[in-house]
Order: sequence, then C-alpha cells, then structure tokens
Amino acid sequence: MKDITARALNIAQVRGAAYADIRVVSRDTQRIAVKNGKVEALQQDETQGFGVRVLVNGAWGFAASSRLELQHVEHVVTQALAIAKASALVKARDAHLGPPVDITESYETPIKINPFTVPMNDKITLLLKADEEMRRVKGVKVTRAEMAFVRENKLFASTEGSLINQEIVESGCGIVAQASDLQTREEQVRSYPNSVGRHQQTRGYEFILEQKLVENAPRVAEEAVALLSADQCPSYDAATIILDSSQLALQIHESCGHPIELDRVLGSEAAYAGTSFLTPEKLGRFRYGSEFVNIVADATVSGGLGTFGFDDEGVPAQRTEIIRNGIFVGYLTSRESAQQLGLGKSNGTMRADGWARPPIIRMTNVNLLPGAWEVDALIADTDDGIWMETNRSWSIDDKRLNFQFGTEMAWEIKGGKKTRLLKNATYTGITPQFWQSCDAVGNEKAWIVWGTPNCGKGQPPQVAHTGHGAAPARFRNVRVGVIK
Amino acid sequence: MLGENKIREITDQVLALSKADQTEVIVNATESALTRFANSYIHQNVAENDVQVRVRVVYGKKIGVASSNDVSPDALRRTVETARAIAQLQREDPEFQSLPAPQTIQRVEAFVDQTASFTPEQRAHVVGVLCKKAKAQNVVAAGAFSTTATETAVANSLGVFAYHPGTFADVSTVMMTDTGSGYASFTHQDARQVNAEALANEAIDKAVRASNPIALEPGEYTVFLEEYAVLDMLNFFGMLGFTAQAMQEDRSFLKGKLGEKVMDERVTIWDDGCAPNAIPLPFDFEGVPKQKVTFIENGIARDVVYDTATAQREGRPSTGHSLPAPNSMGPYPMHVFMAPGDTPKNEMLKSIERGIWVTRFWYTRPVHRMRVLVTGMTRDGTFLIENGQVTKPLKNFRFTTSYLDALNNVRAISRETKLFYNEWGSASRVAPALVVDGFRFTGVTA
Repeated sequence: MKDITARALNIAQVRGAAYADIRVVSRDTQRIAVKNGKVEALQQDETQGFGVRVLVNGAWGFAASSRLELQHVEHVVTQALAIAKASALVKARDAHLGPPVDITESYETPIKINPFTVPMNDKITLLLKADEEMRRVKGVKVTRAEMAFVRENKLFASTEGSLINQEIVESGCGIVAQASDLQTREEQVRSYPNSVGRHQQTRGYEFILEQKLVENAPRVAEEAVALLSADQCPSYDAATIILDSSQLALQIHESCGHPIELDRVLGSEAAYAGTSFLTPEKLGRFRYGSEFVNIVADATVSGGLGTFGFDDEGVPAQRTEIIRNGIFVGYLTSRESAQQLGLGKSNGTMRADGWARPPIIRMTNVNLLPGAWEVDALIADTDDGIWMETNRSWSIDDKRLNFQFGTEMAWEIKGGKKTRLLKNATYTGITPQFWQSCDAVGNEKAWIVWGTPNCGKGQPPQVAHTGHGAAPARFRNVRVGVIK
Repeated sequence: MLGENKIREITDQVLALSKADQTEVIVNATESALTRFANSYIHQNVAENDVQVRVRVVYGKKIGVASSNDVSPDALRRTVETARAIAQLQREDPEFQSLPAPQTIQRVEAFVDQTASFTPEQRAHVVGVLCKKAKAQNVVAAGAFSTTATETAVANSLGVFAYHPGTFADVSTVMMTDTGSGYASFTHQDARQVNAEALANEAIDKAVRASNPIALEPGEYTVFLEEYAVLDMLNFFGMLGFTAQAMQEDRSFLKGKLGEKVMDERVTIWDDGCAPNAIPLPFDFEGVPKQKVTFIENGIARDVVYDTATAQREGRPSTGHSLPAPNSMGPYPMHVFMAPGDTPKNEMLKSIERGIWVTRFWYTRPVHRMRVLVTGMTRDGTFLIENGQVTKPLKNFRFTTSYLDALNNVRAISRETKLFYNEWGSASRVAPALVVDGFRFTGVTA
C-alpha cells in the first residue's frame, strides 16, 4: 500500500497542493445475531479503499475510491484537486494547519483473544444459550442476542512526512428481551449490558466472556415482563434522581461530548448536527457543573471505544481536561480549528468513518471521572428519589441545552431503599443547570467505560465509535415524567 | 457508472462460482459528491466512488452472507467462499423456504445524465448563490448540496435479475442571524432543477423573521406543521408501525387494528417504490417487484409491508420491501407518500386563532412505540400564530406527543406536497403541510 500512498502524495504535491494526506483503510466486520432461538444473521463484511485530502489555494478537496489500484490513484487525486479548486471559488479565508506533524509510528489495539480466530460455533452457542435463558421466562415475546467484531487497518501518510500504521480491534455484545401486552397497548424492553444492541470496547474476545450474557439473561427477561405491570413513573417538577452508569454515559455523550466539539462551536456543523452553547468566551470561566464534575477526553484509556494511537490527521492520542471542578476548560480540536481559536496544537480528535469520508472532530472517550461514593451508600443517602437505568430514548436540541432522556427501568427510592419498580421514566432539563445540580458521583468500583457504537454526525453521514467512562451519579431538582 | 452489462457480468460470475443450493447477489454501485458550506463559504467538499457486492448462499436451510467492495475475480471468489464457510457453521432455519422466483419488474426511468455528471464547479456555483444572497442580507449561510448516481442490481440462482439506475440531487440550507434561523431544502432526480435563489429567499426570509424570539409557555397548541415537520411523522410511522415485523412482534400501533379507523378520515398514506416523480426503486433487495401498499386509507388501517420471510410466516406473498440480507430490521417502507388535502398552504393559517408555526422537527426519538409517542425539538423557524397570522418568533420548544393522536386531530391538509430524500434510510418521502390541534409541547429551550 505504500506505493499507493507515495504516488498519491507525489501527484498532489506536483500539481500544487500545499498539503495532502491519504488514508488507506480496510475494515472487516463480523456480526452474529440470534433472535427467538434462531440464528438470524451470520455475516462477514469487508470494505477497503482510500481517501485523499488536499489543500489547494487555501481550500479543501477530498476524493475517495474503493479501487485500490496504483493506476487509479491519479484519477482520484485529480478529482480531489479539482474539488479543492472549486471550494476555493466560495472561500472566506485560507485554511491553516499550524506546525507540521511528522510521525512514523504504528499502533495496535492490545487484545488477549483475537475475536476473529475464536470459532464461530463458540460464539453462536453462547448467544443461543443466552437467548434460551431469556425465553424460559414466561411472558417474553421477543428475545435477541448479538455479537459484533470490527478490525480496521489504517495506513496514514501525509506530505509533511507522516507514515502511520494502525490496527484497531473492537468487540461488542448484548442481549434484549421484549414483552408486550396488547390489552394495555404496553410494550417493554430490557437490555444488557447496554441498550441500542450492545456494549462495545476496543478489546478482544475476553471482553465478551467478561460480560456474562448467559448469567444475566434470566434477570433481563424477568425485568421486561415485570415492567408490563409496573406503575407508570410519576411526574415531578423537581425530583432527586440517580442515573446508572450506562445512562449517565449517554448523558455525558449528548450534553458534554457534542458541545465541546470545536467544529460545532465554530459553525461547521450549523446546518446539520447544530452548534454549541459552549461558545469561545466561556472557555476557562464558565461554570458547567458542580465542583464534583470532572470530565476528560481521553483517547488513551484502556479498552475505550474511542481509544487509538493516532487520529486521522496523524496527531497522537491524548488526554485533555474538559471540565475541571465544574469549570469548562477544554474543547475537542483539529489542527485547523485549534489554529482558528489560537489554542496551539490539536488535541487529536479528527476521526473518519472508514476510507470514504474525510476526518471531522469526533469524541474519543469523554469520561466523567469517579467520585467518592459507594453506590449502595449513595442510594442509602437518598430519602426520596428515583433510580433510572439503561437508556431507552434520547433527544437534545441543536445547541445541546434542552435534553430529554427515557430509561428502560426505574426504581422509586424511599428512605434510602429501592422500593417500587417504575416504567416509562423520563427526565428533562437544561445542560448546565443539570450538571450544576450534581451532588454525588460514584467511585471507581462502579466506573465503566461504556461504548457508543452509533454516534451520527456530518454530511455525508458518518458513524463514530466513542467511549464514555462513568459511575452512577445523583442530581437534584430534576424534572421527571412528561408522559400523560 | 458500471452499466447494466458490467453489473450482470459480476452477478453472473458470483452465481457461477457458488455451488450452493441457492445463491443471491446484490450489487450496489454509487458515485456521489457533496459540497458543504458554513459561515457562508465551502469548508468541506467530497466525492466518493464505491461498489459493494453482497452474497447470500443457501445450503439446505443453512444461510450465510458475506460482502466486499472488491469486485476483482479473486475477491468475488473469496466472498463466495466466505459466505459458504459461514453457511456451513450456521444452524438450520426451519422457517426458510426459498429465495424468490423471478417476477416481472417494471422499469422506471429515474436516471438523469446531467445529475450524474454534475461537476464540483456547478455545485460551487449553486452554493455561491446561496452564500452571496446570505451576505447581502447580513445573515450566515450553512448547508450541503449533494449529487448521487446509483446502480442497484439483484440476481439469484432461480433466474432473478433486476437492475435499476437512478440519480438525485439534494440541497438543504440553514440561514442564521445572531438570534434566529431559517431552513429550506429541495430534492429532485435532476440537479438542474435546483433553484438556489428560491431556496435562499425561503430560508433567509424565515431567519430574519425568526430573530429575537420570545419564550412561550409550553402546553397544548394548534400547530401549523410545514412539510419538513410532517416528513418526520412519516419516518416514524414507517419505522414503528407500517411493517410486518413490527406487527408480528406485537410492537406496532396497528397490531389488532387493521380494518379499523385509526386516523382522521382525510389521512391516506401509502408506499410506492415505482412512483416516477419521487426517487424510485422498483424492486427490493431480494429482487421482488415493489407493490404499492396502502397503510392508511381515509383513516382506516389497511396493510403493512412484507419481505419474503415475514410474508411466508403468514402464508402470503412478499410486497417487495426487503432490506439486504441478513436483515434484523425486517421489511421497510422506503417510499412513503401522504396524500394531499384540498386547502392551499397559504390559506391554512386562516383557521388558527392562536397556535404555533413549526418549520421542522429536530432530534426526534420514540418514547413509547405502541403509542407512537415521540419527543424532539422544533428548529429553524418557530412562530406564534394569532388570528390567522404569524405574529412573533418563538424560542424552540420541546414536544412529547403522540404522532398517532396528531393524525387524529387534523384540521387541514395542504393541497401542495414536497419530496424529500432521507440520507440515513436511503428513502424518499412525499409530505403535505398540516394543521393539527392539541399538539403537546413539554418544554422550552434556554
């Protein structure tokens, strides 16, 4: 592949590109899905190609092709150059990348068991067993169990001299039970370890074995059935809630991870994903949360779904402070946006979805650092509240202020104990008010780096895999329950 | 573009390579380009060329699927072999009967050469008009303009061969003042039909009028929903209710309701993959011709879409709405139409004494699937309506309301409809504007 990268960069330079990079990417995906005792999907997909990004006359062009042939490179580079020249026709300023990045390195996800060499039969057997355990529970209508594995090889090269090889491996799995009651038009689901199909990390098959899908299957199914006859979550204008770590992970993703993306802040996503309430004058002085809220963007944390060696501009993975004792102190940046805002070097968050898309600023692992509380002590310390667990719906406005989440399951807390199962729980709020109301965060014993394998952004659309470390945390004066 | 003959060469190669009892191959070739602008200049500009080949092999009742975007002879051989190896590891699917047999497929013309060959300079020209008009009005332009040419083919060892080439252009823009924003979009098979001036005028006018919004108490209001907002309703009905899999899994709001009145009698909704004025695809990903399926006829629930698996479960034929195998989602309506009403859009306001104009919805998600209860935000132009006229710009609302209830509380349906392309579902929709009573807003943004 190095002959392809060398040829592409040479053509780009000779024809006037001030900067060019190329990524040659191959991605293998394996997915196994079981439903109602049947193997519903067994598939292996591979996709490969290369994308060339060029800077000409101060403007960007990008072209990509699945034809990994040396004789095809010139066509694609020529296309990228023509596109860049067209971009320059409607230009406001020249793009600047700042100091050059010249790195020759490689990175591989550290794994113990290669998921692509584990016999398919072992994977199917495990999923069928988990599915069977769920189906034993009377009242369950649909059961699903799933595994997914990803292996992505990336070769990055730039006209600044970088040449970086990476192999990223991901493993994910999950089970879901659905129960329905047509009389009451009620339908409930429970998922494990997380909703939206699965929990995922940059780890090997050892991650799958640690999740203990079979052992958790009966509980998951029983909870789905129990929710059908559970009480509707009441509505409160100002309640105390405790979010379990997986729900809190999505809360972090939506209300912290996205608004700290500097491309949103600078308007690049205004027409689609939106902008951000965290405007530049707030950097270093805005109270985002309470003193207990400490958030970092950490692309180096072990096993995180947003963990890698180098981003797709060749910038090394980093750990960046975002919220320090409640104060907003950092953005996710690219080389160009860091220059625009005078922040110096990029903190390495440019990520592309495969070979056919250009890199854009994406979350890495945006983590709420652990606090001091044992989870049992946190519940015992709550006189009157609601425990909410596992996301079921999520929505937030285009500036990332007004949010509403629903969870699969909730428990009423009275006198420091979980006392009553509740269904269809929702909570809503305004981002800084909500995080300022955080008065307790669980400790490292309950801290998990959850994987979000479905983050959509950009035009054309890109799906990113991000991570979010979280332990359960408590929030006061939260509006709960808007369902009539 | 590969062309029908080259694609048939690929499908023939795959079918010849496979020793399975039955084999299916899907080829999807795409050439697409997208020019993106923000802060009134082009900041991202891309093009992509890809060919995907997906192979499904059947040994007895064991099925394996593999895909690749490498169409060299060696890669095709490898993909067939991977599918075979997977099938050998598979458990038998007792429900599987057969891949579909050939049926007559209607040819629908949907390919415009000038869209396929649209150049970066032509896209830049359109974007340039939008940005120039924005600057002249002291607003900021953002948006995207894409042109796409696709070829979709499905073949199987029972003799199916279906091929469809198509093109479309899609442009959307958000225009912004310091305190307000406006939106406009346009989709057509022919990129030359894009009218940048008209789009700019629509979005700029709305952005200027939306500036300095006031907060209004949430609650139940009569709403004027522009076509952009009604599009979202059609997406949710399609995803949550109009499919056989949702019915069979007891999670569709139509379960047990077929033949009953479930919406206002003026509401008629159907799927038609062959409609030439949308973005057609006349067959599904099993090579079955798409039937026109009426979901709601004058408010009465009529039917849902099927693929082969869900149809065989009920002993009826597929309606031609399969997605590529292996498919956990089940069948999916890709071409949803809502029938127009008899009121001109510009007269629909007259009946509203006090209500809210909604340009479009944003970040909508289901809260309760059986009730089609959805939450989301308004965006890019929300206004107070008083005595039949738009009077004041409003801060964006959060709503948590049942789309099913909304289509039971219809006051008026516009005579005009608008075509949309939905990039996440590779689907097109045609929607009118609506006036709906009792729409429930549950919050206001800061």
